[in-house]
Amino acid sequence: MRVPLSWLREYVDLPAGATARDLASRLTLAGLEVETVDSLGADLTGPIVYGRVLEIEELTEFKKPIRYCRVDVGAANGTGEPQRIICGARNFSEGDLVVVSLPGAELPGGFRIGARKTYGRLSEGMICSATELGLWEDHSGIVILPEGFGEVGEDAIGPLGLREDVIDIAVTPDRGYALSIRGVAREAASLYGVAFHDPAAVDVPASAGAGHPAAIADDSLCDRLVLRAATGFDPDAPTPLWMKRRLHQSGVRPVSLAVDVTNYVMLELGQPLHAWDRDRLTGTVTVRAAEAGEKLETLDHVQRSLDTDDIVIADGAGAQAIAGVMGGLDTEIGASSTAVLIEAAHFDAIRIARASRRHQLSSEASRRFERGVDSHLQLAAATRAVGLLAELGGATAEDAYTHLDRVAPRTPVTVRAGHAASVSGVDYPAGTTEKWLEAVGCDVSADGDVLTVTPPPWRPDLTDPNDLAEEVIRFEGYENIPSIRPRGSGRGLTAGQRLRRAVGRALADAGYNEVLSYPFTGQRDLDGLQLPADDARRKALRLANPLNDEEPLLRTTLLPGLFKALARNTGRGFTDVALFETGLVYRPRAQATRAPLLPVDRGPGAEELALVDAALPEQPRRVGAVITGDAERAGWWGAGRAATWADAVQAAREVARVAGVELEAEADVHAPWHPGRCAALYVRAEGERLLVGHAGELHPRTVKAFGLPERTAAMELELDRVERARTPVVAPEVSTYPVAVQDVALVVDGDVPVGALREALAAGAGGLLESVRLFDVYTGEQVGEGRKSVAFTLRFRAADRTVTAEEAGAARDAAVAEAAARTGASLRA
Amino acid sequence: MSAPNNSFDPVEVTPLHPDEVARMREEALAAIAAAQDLAELKEVRLAHAGDRSPLALANREIGALPPAAKAEAGKRVGGARRDVGQAVKERQAALEAERDERVLVEERVDVTLPWDRTPRGARHPLTTVAERMADVFVGMGFEIAEGPEVEAEWFNFDALNFQPDHPARTMQDTFFVEGPDGGDSGVVMRTHTSPVQVRALLSRELPVYVVAPGKTFRTDELDATHSPVFHQLEGLVVDKGITMAHLRGAIDAFVGSMFGEGLRTRFRASYFPFTEPSAEVDMECFVCRGASVGDPDNPCRTCSSEGWIEIGGCGVVNPRVLVAAGVDPEVYSGWAFGLGIERTLMFAHGVRDMHDMVEGDIRFTSAFGSEN
Repeated sequence: MRVPLSWLREYVDLPAGATARDLASRLTLAGLEVETVDSLGADLTGPIVYGRVLEIEELTEFKKPIRYCRVDVGAANGTGEPQRIICGARNFSEGDLVVVSLPGAELPGGFRIGARKTYGRLSEGMICSATELGLWEDHSGIVILPEGFGEVGEDAIGPLGLREDVIDIAVTPDRGYALSIRGVAREAASLYGVAFHDPAAVDVPASAGAGHPAAIADDSLCDRLVLRAATGFDPDAPTPLWMKRRLHQSGVRPVSLAVDVTNYVMLELGQPLHAWDRDRLTGTVTVRAAEAGEKLETLDHVQRSLDTDDIVIADGAGAQAIAGVMGGLDTEIGASSTAVLIEAAHFDAIRIARASRRHQLSSEASRRFERGVDSHLQLAAATRAVGLLAELGGATAEDAYTHLDRVAPRTPVTVRAGHAASVSGVDYPAGTTEKWLEAVGCDVSADGDVLTVTPPPWRPDLTDPNDLAEEVIRFEGYENIPSIRPRGSGRGLTAGQRLRRAVGRALADAGYNEVLSYPFTGQRDLDGLQLPADDARRKALRLANPLNDEEPLLRTTLLPGLFKALARNTGRGFTDVALFETGLVYRPRAQATRAPLLPVDRGPGAEELALVDAALPEQPRRVGAVITGDAERAGWWGAGRAATWADAVQAAREVARVAGVELEAEADVHAPWHPGRCAALYVRAEGERLLVGHAGELHPRTVKAFGLPERTAAMELELDRVERARTPVVAPEVSTYPVAVQDVALVVDGDVPVGALREALAAGAGGLLESVRLFDVYTGEQVGEGRKSVAFTLRFRAADRTVTAEEAGAARDAAVAEAAARTGASLRA
Repeated sequence: MSAPNNSFDPVEVTPLHPDEVARMREEALAAIAAAQDLAELKEVRLAHAGDRSPLALANREIGALPPAAKAEAGKRVGGARRDVGQAVKERQAALEAERDERVLVEERVDVTLPWDRTPRGARHPLTTVAERMADVFVGMGFEIAEGPEVEAEWFNFDALNFQPDHPARTMQDTFFVEGPDGGDSGVVMRTHTSPVQVRALLSRELPVYVVAPGKTFRTDELDATHSPVFHQLEGLVVDKGITMAHLRGAIDAFVGSMFGEGLRTRFRASYFPFTEPSAEVDMECFVCRGASVGDPDNPCRTCSSEGWIEIGGCGVVNPRVLVAAGVDPEVYSGWAFGLGIERTLMFAHGVRDMHDMVEGDIRFTSAFGSEN
């Protein structure tokens, strides 16, 4: 809402010294957020004066006709001689009163006026157009003022209102009343403690007889309708300068007097009006719901199919306007209309909001109706409009008018007088609540500590005690609320929250950089992953309104996002890149249901909540990582070490290590990994073996599809499952007895997994085993074709004594025997 | 070990002869003096002052002497051993001094050589800033609450007093999830972290003191200041006797912790369906502290010379929200806030462009390390 200050000052006695900035600051703190303060004409300097065109000399030697004028500017030029001015406009005649900027003047936009030679003549100034003066957009020629507007030679800057401060307020959805000069003026009056003069407080005599025939088909659509006619209107009457200027300053384009008047009254009072050409209406004007299949061509020349939820204004011939949104083309005020019927109505806000959205038509009218319009304003607004049409357009306001009043009385709100204080924590003096509620227009009656408050019709937002408290608190000043530190009794982070932080730190310390990818994905990503047609990750939720049509799905895996971030980094010249991400993936449930809208007048029951949650996808938290290039850098110490599948598996193990959980790896074939270099990773949770993810080198096709460097490796784990495998740590007994170390080298078939061998040794070694660690894998002639030698160090220790060489040897033999039994291993000769 | 033998003549036990003892002493002292470094001296010490050295062996013979001879022989050998021991000590000190002065100097290396063999990564600054923000409140006894990112409309809107078709509902450009048949699912990407308020009230015992950091989604195209995916920190307190003063105290604690003690905050009246009264929160610009306002010669880039920086929205929990969450508004009241994590990061660390937070460029994250 753009508010010219001079307009505002007509209805509020602001102190003379109150600046636009000060007003803006007070309004903003009180909830009317001023986004900008425009000082129009601030850079403008005179002399800009009234002049009379004395003589026009037509110059015809140029490409376009040019006029060389003698203009009387009185004594403003210091000589009293007529000023000679070149002018390209042709819309004026000798004797016209015009606006002249003399040499030395500066027009809006830094346009300096000087005496200069042009078209072979000396031009000493400029006859100004509305656009040049910053009044409004008009390229039809110069401004011709009505006779008597001013005296020749007098300063025109002030009377024309060339300088104006305009504040622009971003109005929140609850404050529809602020979409008017009236509403802002009332607010400003409270903020400055000065008088407010309500422009809507006019006495309207009762109708002298029947007005235009009208009907409201359903009170729930519209609870007040006023139709007032102005006849004998001169369609050629111009809109006065002051009105055009104010419309322009308020951001509304001047069109014609009849339309301008409706806009002017809307801006001033907040009541949207529609001006009908009464002669084009037939029969009774009816407010009703649109009929199925009904069509209407609106003012913007769009043929619209109406919805039965739309409110329309219809006459005998059918729908003529989408109520509160936009009028129809057929009944529009035209260049020859002389009988104007002003419609002022109060429509259902929700219906207007829906219609506006349905037709993608946001108009000045719909913006006001959906935020709430004063339900008692219509007669005053229509009367004001026909009054202006009479005053400015030579019309006669008919004394008979239509007024259908179906407005239900307002339900009072009861509130304790001390409620505002208990909300804000400020101890307000007695009477404070009453004072401010009355200032915003409420009717307040007190019964002891209980106030019965009837809010005014322009405040449909005031329905609850807290709404009333807000009015008191904001006028008393939010800045007066003290600051008291709250004290909770929380128990700190949960184990899972601590784990997530620790996992991030561990991966960062292991060389991985965290990324936060968008969760949007598409078919292309799923294909790039080489997922089989029946892969669960292909079952993704779809957005009804994606930002990018290529990515309408929600991710079921973190990997594509990581791959794209990796490719972005390698594309920017980085060869060694390791990234990780922790985040949710969205896995639709097998039986998709619609989430019900539960009631809001009570808390939901457990069954209702279960229905809501059953409609949501599973949203497990995952951690993924991807690595390419050198995992260890080359340097003065020697060569680097390229990252491989093993780094990806190790990254997964790092995550598990932080959780204190051991991962079991097993060869797997699983997209998007290399079929020979993919580990499925398991944990033991509650006695079950639980798959938690995969790690390894990526499939070359995936590498190609995402533009990754060859041999890029990746892992993805379901962090929630890793968390489930956590068990409380039981402190080990730390034995101070010496260790007995035994190395064993076992020969097995080449395809026996080292993991299985290690597991067998650990299982067979018995209770003295402290640790078992792989230290070498050998293949070659000495062990024979298709075989490998795997060497482990076994460490034995007892809690209560020194383990003897014999004991250690026996334990080792038992371990080897178990390995032999499980894997066919033999001790290397 | 020999048994005492009274008939034995000490002079005849060669190692204890005065000349022999003197020779062993001289030999030892010469070897000590000749030791060129600490390693050599160690060998010399073992040879001449150790348990198997000639003087040590001679010392053992004393026990075999008749009592009358023991004293003199002991005195002789003991004196020699003391001299040798003293000489070793002195030579040790001399050689150590020399090592300290020369050898350690010769062993010097170029300590500016890098050893960045294993590269380090970093956590995303949005993650760490969100943790820092949350921890301010954890320190005040709040817990961290969580909720789903794909959320039911009821939680995201209805329970938060967004009426159907109210303009506030369309102000937040919502991603809608398609139903299984392509129709309405009643499910959206949450447009704010506020649905966690309702979840926290439904799942926790009162009183509730929680913050909920998390991802939120709106249909904004990515540009320098917008992103379709962004992060908020929700705060919620519901207890008996709670006022806006506690809300202000919480906001002040946050601003003090993140941007510096003593910064002023201000509330501007505003509107959110789920709070009433509602306010936008500004903090005093931590760079210019308002000095740039009205001083065109000293503009402030951080606050655009406004003097204030908007950091979020807040308000008293609308009693209608409490009712929808099954809490009796006659007994309990509370407040809530939503702070922008991106905004906090932008201001706290001078991030100028949203793209940097989204793209995952390792140069950006690396600058922050794992705990910033």
